[in-house]
Amino acid sequence: MYGLVNRSVQCFVEDTYGCAVWDAVVREVRMEFRDFEAMLSYDDALTGQVIEAAAINLKRDRESLLEDLGAYLVTHKNMETVRRLMRFGGHTFEDFLLSLDDLHDRVKLAVPDLELPQMSLKQVSGEQYKIICEFTEAGFGAVMLGMVRALADDYGALVLLDLEAEASGRLSREVLSVNLLEASFATGRSFTLGGEAVPT
Amino acid sequence: MSIQERAGLIITPEIFDTLMPLHMRIDAEGMIVHLAPTLAKLCPNEDVVGRSLFEVMELRTSRGIKKFEDLCNSQNCRLKMRFRQGHEFELKAVLVQLPDHGAIINTSLGIAMRDIVRTHELTAADFAPTDSTVDMLYLIEANSTAWDESRRLTRRLQGAKIAAEEQAFSDTLTGLRNRRAMDHLIGRMIENEAKFSVMNLDLDFFKQVNDTLGHAAGDHVLQQVAKILSEETRSGDVVARVGGDEFVLAFNRCTSENVLDRIASRIITRLEQPIPFQNEVCNISASAGTTLSTYYDKPDLDQMLADADKALYASKRNGRACHSLFSPNETAH
Repeated sequence: MYGLVNRSVQCFVEDTYGCAVWDAVVREVRMEFRDFEAMLSYDDALTGQVIEAAAINLKRDRESLLEDLGAYLVTHKNMETVRRLMRFGGHTFEDFLLSLDDLHDRVKLAVPDLELPQMSLKQVSGEQYKIICEFTEAGFGAVMLGMVRALADDYGALVLLDLEAEASGRLSREVLSVNLLEASFATGRSFTLGGEAVPT
Repeated sequence: MSIQERAGLIITPEIFDTLMPLHMRIDAEGMIVHLAPTLAKLCPNEDVVGRSLFEVMELRTSRGIKKFEDLCNSQNCRLKMRFRQGHEFELKAVLVQLPDHGAIINTSLGIAMRDIVRTHELTAADFAPTDSTVDMLYLIEANSTAWDESRRLTRRLQGAKIAAEEQAFSDTLTGLRNRRAMDHLIGRMIENEAKFSVMNLDLDFFKQVNDTLGHAAGDHVLQQVAKILSEETRSGDVVARVGGDEFVLAFNRCTSENVLDRIASRIITRLEQPIPFQNEVCNISASAGTTLSTYYDKPDLDQMLADADKALYASKRNGRACHSLFSPNETAH
């Protein structure tokens, strides 16, 4: 697994629950190092073990922890880059949903060896969407649920979300239903295309 | 028959604005008739409609443009233009003449897109949906994030590499060079054909300190010895601890027998000063033997170390606490 993924899990645990919890995870998993490097690759199994250990340590179920991880990626000030890159998806929340189709390929352009889930969007009816998330590991659906909920807030949209896992061969297939109740329910957070103004 | 009629098309200004939000229209006299919404956002003055294009914009092509006719002749060719006032960014542009002898100039942000978007707080809605500027901005940002991470990683690895090398080449107790570092550094002097000398130095009575006062006292003495040796040598010299109480010194660009004898005497005198440790006093001395690179046609490290050792043993035979020079002639016997 690419280090970026593992590194985000580490940052999430440290920023949300403190470094002591992360130290406990490192001990539990018997890692030979403390910090993940974002630009190095690690054994695929390690990601699952780290998440498992964190869930046990925090007495949380895996799914809700992963949802919080998704929300953290969009809302925490240390992860502003992720929020910005997601907001590039579109001017409105609907545009953003439509952009999820391209997310996999967009990310590939910037970091060619980062494997992210393949996502596709289906519009079921006017306000009903399904995000289909296929990946070698299960659990990304929950992360997506957290991210989409936080991004809806970011855009000021009101949504109802529901996650279902479907068995589909050796790939994990998770379907996130998005019911867009109101596109502009509240004032969202601002997003400037050109980034923060450079101090002069 | 106009183009519109031939094609059976009526294209309204609104259609143009949607397709090309960064275009402007000028009339046959070169007066600005219309600015599309995004270009209007970039324009520093509000009332440019009705003014001359040349008054408002500075234009460049490979051929150079002075008059409106020049511009009409550069139809379909690459143009660069900027607002004359308060705007340092250059836009890419193309001009197409209209049947009424006016023209449309369409522009794009070009390479300065990031700065322009930032300065004018443009949003995705300011670009035509087919315009890839937003994708480019995404890529620039994603790429620079990835680069930042890579740079941070490289810096950390570089730091770890230096620390590991430092460790691999130094004696942990004294901080002096170890044998491996000594081999490397003297090897380099030989390669550079430098004139240098190699001094082997053994502590005398060190074993007694260790046996009577313990290893902590011994370690303390070794650290004091290291300090004295470092102070009595120059930064380009080599001071290495190569065994328990054995040291090798290499003096770069120094092959004067007198000078080396004086250095050795000074070192021995300083080492003989009593070294306090807790409530005790440690007394040691040292014997030294030196050989010079100038004694050899082709200096060889192992040979030089062996010869310096011979000189060192001569010192020991002479009652310790003294310095001897290797005599090259003796080897002939």
